Order: sequence, then structure tokens, then C-alpha cells
Amino acid sequence: MGFSLIGTVLAIMAVLGFLIGNQRARGLARAGRLHSLPRYHGVFVALWTALPGLLMIILFAVFSTGMINSMVMENGQGGAGDPHMLAVELNKIQLIAEGRMPFQEGMGVSWDSVERMKNLHRNADILALFCVIAVGVVGFLYALRRIRTDFRARQEVERIVRVLLVVASSVSIFITLGIVLSLIFEALRFFAVVPVSDFIFGLQWSPQTAIRADQVGGSGSFGAIPLFAGTLMITGISILVAAPVGLFCAIYLSEFASPNVRGWVKPALEILAGIPTVVYGLFAALIVAPAISDFGGQIGLDIASESALAAGLVMGIMIIPFVSSLSDDVINAVPQAIRDGSLAMGATEAETIRQVVLPAALPGIVGALLLAISRAVGETMIVVMAAGLAANLTANPLQAMTTVTVQIVTLLVGDQEFDSPKTLAAFALGLTLFFVTLILNIVALGVVKRYHEKQ
Amino acid sequence: MNHKNETPEQRKYLAKRHAASRRFRWYGLMGLGIALTTLFLLLGTMLLKGYSSFFQTQIQLSVSFDQTLVDPVGDKSVESLARGDYRAILGNAIKRAFPEIKSRDDRRQLSKIFSDGASFQLQNLLISHPEWVSTSQNVWLIASDNVDMWVKEVVDHDLPESQRRISDLQAKWLAFLEVNHQLQLRFNAMFFTSGDSRNPEMAGILGAIKGSALTLLITFLVSFPLGVASAVYLEEFAAKGRWADFIEVNINNLAAVPSIVFGLLGLALYLNLMHLPRSAPLVGGLTLAMMTLPTLVIATRASLKSVPDPIRDGARALGASPLQVVLHHVLPLAAPGMLTGTIISMARALGETAPLLMIGMVAFIMDIPGGVMDPSTVLPVQIFLWADSPERAFLEKTSGATLILLAFLITMNALAVYIRNRVERRW
Repeated sequence: MGFSLIGTVLAIMAVLGFLIGNQRARGLARAGRLHSLPRYHGVFVALWTALPGLLMIILFAVFSTGMINSMVMENGQGGAGDPHMLAVELNKIQLIAEGRMPFQEGMGVSWDSVERMKNLHRNADILALFCVIAVGVVGFLYALRRIRTDFRARQEVERIVRVLLVVASSVSIFITLGIVLSLIFEALRFFAVVPVSDFIFGLQWSPQTAIRADQVGGSGSFGAIPLFAGTLMITGISILVAAPVGLFCAIYLSEFASPNVRGWVKPALEILAGIPTVVYGLFAALIVAPAISDFGGQIGLDIASESALAAGLVMGIMIIPFVSSLSDDVINAVPQAIRDGSLAMGATEAETIRQVVLPAALPGIVGALLLAISRAVGETMIVVMAAGLAANLTANPLQAMTTVTVQIVTLLVGDQEFDSPKTLAAFALGLTLFFVTLILNIVALGVVKRYHEKQ
Repeated sequence: MNHKNETPEQRKYLAKRHAASRRFRWYGLMGLGIALTTLFLLLGTMLLKGYSSFFQTQIQLSVSFDQTLVDPVGDKSVESLARGDYRAILGNAIKRAFPEIKSRDDRRQLSKIFSDGASFQLQNLLISHPEWVSTSQNVWLIASDNVDMWVKEVVDHDLPESQRRISDLQAKWLAFLEVNHQLQLRFNAMFFTSGDSRNPEMAGILGAIKGSALTLLITFLVSFPLGVASAVYLEEFAAKGRWADFIEVNINNLAAVPSIVFGLLGLALYLNLMHLPRSAPLVGGLTLAMMTLPTLVIATRASLKSVPDPIRDGARALGASPLQVVLHHVLPLAAPGMLTGTIISMARALGETAPLLMIGMVAFIMDIPGGVMDPSTVLPVQIFLWADSPERAFLEKTSGATLILLAFLITMNALAVYIRNRVERRW
């Protein structure tokens, strides 16, 4: 059944609420002068009918599955064994109950628990429908009772809408909170197994842990230095490409180009910015990496087919439009009077730009570059497709290197083991990534903001 | 501007400075040149490598649909036709086309030039044309991916036989068929009408397109109302103060958080906490909605900001309440700008890959998703999956899918630019 039916019921109830409220107000209008227009009374009733139900639906969506799962595990399997096995079993039961996996004997899951889960889900759906209708009716009756000629329905509606607006605007804060909490929570569980110092200062990254306890050499080491080095190398190469090219693009566009050229080139750069990263990744893996490798072979250099250089170059291309559009804005914001003054003193155009415009725009440009670095550090698809998986700690850009984002993807894609350090390590890496980019962003946005205030 | 009292040194110095200025200008032009060249290189290679995926090699055979083989029940019903032995039908047709080939080995080689899907193709054809039972028809059948690569000359024909997947004998037959106009590159309808497959010649992108559409629908339904509501609050209602500043800083930072982090949040929140199904468009859409929300808020705020204050003052002066000012005057005027921002952020969500890898949208899924709870994949992830496949023929599919994705994105962006230039009002 799911939420589509409940949603439809709720919508119908809201519409009915509006019609009835509207009608009631119109009826009252014949007796005396209404304070608010009848439609505000209708909206007031509709809001009171729909909002409690909507809250109910959200509560059910968040909590019902988790509660059902714990109930199934309590009664069905007897809770034997470690939590890891429980999670695997639960997953199987869920898949079978949803009809996404055929049931077979000997999968370690009893048909009883599948049946139980199905029943519980059915009951939960019926309960949800019932609750939604019940709170809807209560809200409806309450709202209907309040309709009178002197009832200030418009003010009430506006108050409710305002509350809704506040709630909507705080969603972004909840997202940030969610990111921070989930990353920290999972990362803490990881650091309970692997010490923080091993993670931050360790030189060895090989996350393959033993599947069986008695396996040899399966301890797994989680030293993230090689990943940080790889990220730094690839980001560095990309900035070396993007900073000069992007900056010169911005200078040419804002200082030299005719409006006609601007009109054509800016959309082209926007297209470059709009190309999905997976396409850049394909470009890197398909064209750039083999080309570099071949070229290296011709001049006698040994270049890995998944070299950091190829990934860095393509990532540089990706952030060119980012650097150029931000710098373009910044350079355009430099007052024309400064330029005119410099030109009037006899400086050439290049001298004006180099010695007057660029210094004035420097903070903004630095901010733009920091944002570009943050972008490059967090970029995933290009490096997943074009950089290697092997964690080499090397200073040679011609060798394969891996990055933080690549490792997050490889740790989490494919068969996941619940709660293994391997899975949790991804969250620790994510936490590092989040804080590094956050610091870069805060600094960059601060610099840009201060720059704009100064102009 | 030659002055009489200019010394030669001064003139030389001046010339040097002007040359430096010209050089500087050239650097700028070179920067632009590099950016635009890479753009053309990128689009060009995708086009060159990808357009051939819209065509596929097909071979014409005269197939006789023996009633005993294809219609065991004899009533030409779908159930009966679905139980027919189409492998045998195909085998007979091949035998008839090449009667001179007798040895078992050669026969096997011969049947290998057809796709594994050819018998399914025959079945589907017959189900849509039940009147063909007991007749002979000339039918175009899909060739195998190796033949396709051979005919498109992706593989070098001059390689020694041991290093290619098409033997000399098979090459001879293919040449024979081509001379008889029984082998052609025809429009690859399957690419647009089927889901993923292990066989490159049968793989299509409809499943991925539908998955993308469902995911984007969820993203839009969640992020658009929330985004507009938060922008309206921040821009029109919130008192300038600590709280509003805090939300603003928060949104700006959130917009710059790497997309993969949103994938981690989606994994922890929707899969581990709420136990929603893996690889469902619902989860993908919700994850992308969190990612799109900040950009959408920023874009909407910019368009609200561009509505001049006298409009608000006028409405207020006529007695409109704060909410009426926004709903009746500001929002309608800001709508085109909001639309542009929404289209651009939806385009970004459409091209996003990394967060969806985290929530399991990378599984191999053949079925075309019917709803937001069905397991599915999306276009960019499909590109990533195919790019990883060892088969040569998937390379072409990868570029083909990329072309489709870029076509969608460029259309969306062009629409946004059109709205910005034509509909949006400048104040």
C-alpha cells in the first residue's frame, strides 16, 4: 500500500476541509460581516486538517521500519549470534518481504519471520492510515469550531504559513547537523577500533580486513597519509592547470573581449561547467590517460596508465570555468575609476591590469582559488575513473595515486559488511573531507564577502 | 603620438612596453583558447565515439515459422507463442541460408555471428505478428557485439586471426552477406527501448532514463517547495540578525560541501536509520534533494532580491499584508528567475553520480523501474558502469549514453538561458 494511498487520502481530506470551511464562512457571511474572506477560512480549515496528518506521515516514515525490524528480530530469530549476523539476516528478511528476493530454504532465514515482517508492515500501514485520518478529523473539527464572523482567519493562516516558512528554512541547518552527526557518530565507532593517530599519521593503507578471524595478514591497516598525499598531488596539478588558464580567461573576458565575444564565450564556459563529472572521468580514462601514457612511452618515460597526472589535468579542465567565472565577477567589481586613473597616468593596458586591477581584486581571486581547491579536493568521479586504487606514497605524478574520495567509493560500493572497520573507515575519511572542505569554504567565503563589502 | 623631444631610448622603451601589453593580451586569448579547445575536444570525441551506438549491425534472414515449433498449443495466443522453440527456428534459418556448411564446428561459428538475443527478438516479433505462424518472412536480426565491432571497423581487420574475435571464416561470411545486402547498419531501436544487459548489443538506456526521471521527480518535489519557502523566509520575513546570518552562512557552506558527503549522509540516514530500500529512486531523489536545496535557495534568493522594493512598498501602501505582498506581487515577478535557477540545479542533479554510488544505485539492473521504490540506476551511473565493462562494445554504448545525457543537460541549460534572456524582466 505504502504512502501514496495515505498521501491521496490526506490530499482529499484537505480539499474537503477547504470546501467545507469556505462554505461555512459563506453561510456566516449572510448573518453578519466576516472579518476575513471566506477562502481564508477554507485555507485555515485545510491547513488544520492536513498538517497534523503530514507530521504523522513523516513520523511513520522515519520510525516504522526500524521499529518493525527490532520487533521481528526480538520474536523471530531469538536474537542469537552477533549483531553483524543479525543485520545480514534482517536485510534478507526485508528483501524477501518486499518481494525483491525469492525465498529459499537454507538461507538462514525462517519463513515465519518473513511472514511476521509482512504482517507488521501491513498493520503499520493500516495504523498509519487510521492515525492520519483521526488526527485530520480532530484538526478539522477544531478548526471548524473556530470559524465565526469575527474570527481573524487571514491572520491565523499567515501565522501558520510563517511557521512553515521558518521550518523550511531550518531544514538546511538540519542537513548540516545530520552530516556532522552521522559522520562523527560512525567515525567514532571506527576510531574505537583503529586509533586516531594510526589513521592520521599511518603510512600504510590497505583496508582489506580478514573475513574469518583466523585468516593470516588480514589485520588491515588504515594509515591515511598516502590518501592525503594523493589528494594533495591531484588537487595541486589541477590548480596548476586551472589557475593560470581560468585567470587569463577571466582577464581577457573582462578587460579585452568585445561584448559580442563575451556573449558567445561565456555560455561556452557555462557548458563546460555544466558537463557532468562522470563525463570528465570518461574523458580522462578514455582519451587523456592513454594519450599521456603513449607520449611517455615515446620519450622513454614510464607513465602508469592511471597516472595522477591524467586525473589532475582533467580535473584542472573541469574547474577552469569555476575559476574564470568567479574571477570574472571579482575583476568586474573593481571600480572603473581605478582603471581610468591608471590609464590616464600613461600605463599600458597590461600594466594597468597587472599593477592596479589585479592587486585590487586579489582577495577575491584568492577566495575563488580556495573555492576551486575545495571543489577539487571533494571531486569524486574523475579520480574514481582515472586515478588508481593502489595507495602509493610517492612524489612522482606519473605514477598511480589514490585519493580520499576514491577510497570512500571503493569501501562503500559492492558488498558491504555491516559495522566492519572497512565500512566505517569510509565515514572517517568522509569526516576528514568534510572538515577540510568546510575550513576552505569558510575562509574563502569570508574573504570574498569582506572583499565585496570593501568595494 | 610621436613627440619631437622623444629620445630613441624612450621610443624603444615605449615599444617594449606596448609589446608586453600585446603579449599579455595574447596570454588571455590563449587561456580562452585552451578552455574552448578542450570543450570541443571533449564534445567531439564523445560525438565521434558515441554516434555509432545509435546504429547496429543487423543481418537479414529468411525465417520460416513452423507451427509445430513456435506454436505448441496451436491457438496463436501469447502464452502459446511464448513457449515456442525459437533457437531451433533460428538454427533452421541459418542452415537454410548457408546450406553448404556441414561441419559442426563451422555451424557453431556461423551461429556465433548472431546475438544471443536474436531468438528473443524472433519471439517478440512473432508475438506482435501472430499471423506469421506457418509462413516465411525476411527478418532483420541483431548480430553479436563482435560482429558489430568488426563491421564498424572498431577492431583492426589486419590483425592476425589469433588476436581477433572474428575468425577468417566468419569474416568471409560477413563479406558475403554484405555483398548480398543482407548485412546492414540499421537504426538501433533496442538502445532506446530496453534496460541494461550483459550483452552489449542488447543493452539499452531506457531503464537508466526512467530511473533518472523518477529520481529527478523526487528531487524536485522535495527541494523546490523547501527551497522556495526558505528563500522567501530569509529574503522577505527574517529579521536581519544573528539567526538569519547563521542560516545564510550555513546555506552558503552547504552549497560547497562535496557531493559525496551527501551520499554518506543518505547512506547513514535513509538506508541505515530509516531502512528504505537500497538503489531506489526514492532514496536517490531524497539524497540529491539535500544536495540541491542550498543551490536552489541561493538562486531563488537572488531572483527575489532582484524585485525592486517600490513594488513591495506599493503593495503595502494599498493595504496588503506581508504574506499578500509576497504571494501576490513578489513571487509572480520573481518566478522566471526562480524557474531558471530551478532548471539549472535540476540539471546539476541529473548529472550527479558520486552520491548515488553511496546508496547502491550501481547495481546491475535489467528491469525498467516502474515506481520510486523499484531498484534502478540513473544515466550518469549507467555511464560509469559501462565504462568499467571489459567488453569493447560497451565503450561505444558509454559514449552513446553520454551523448544522450549531454543532450538532456544542454536542452535544460538552453531552456534556462532562453528564459533568462527572454522572459526575465530587468529592472
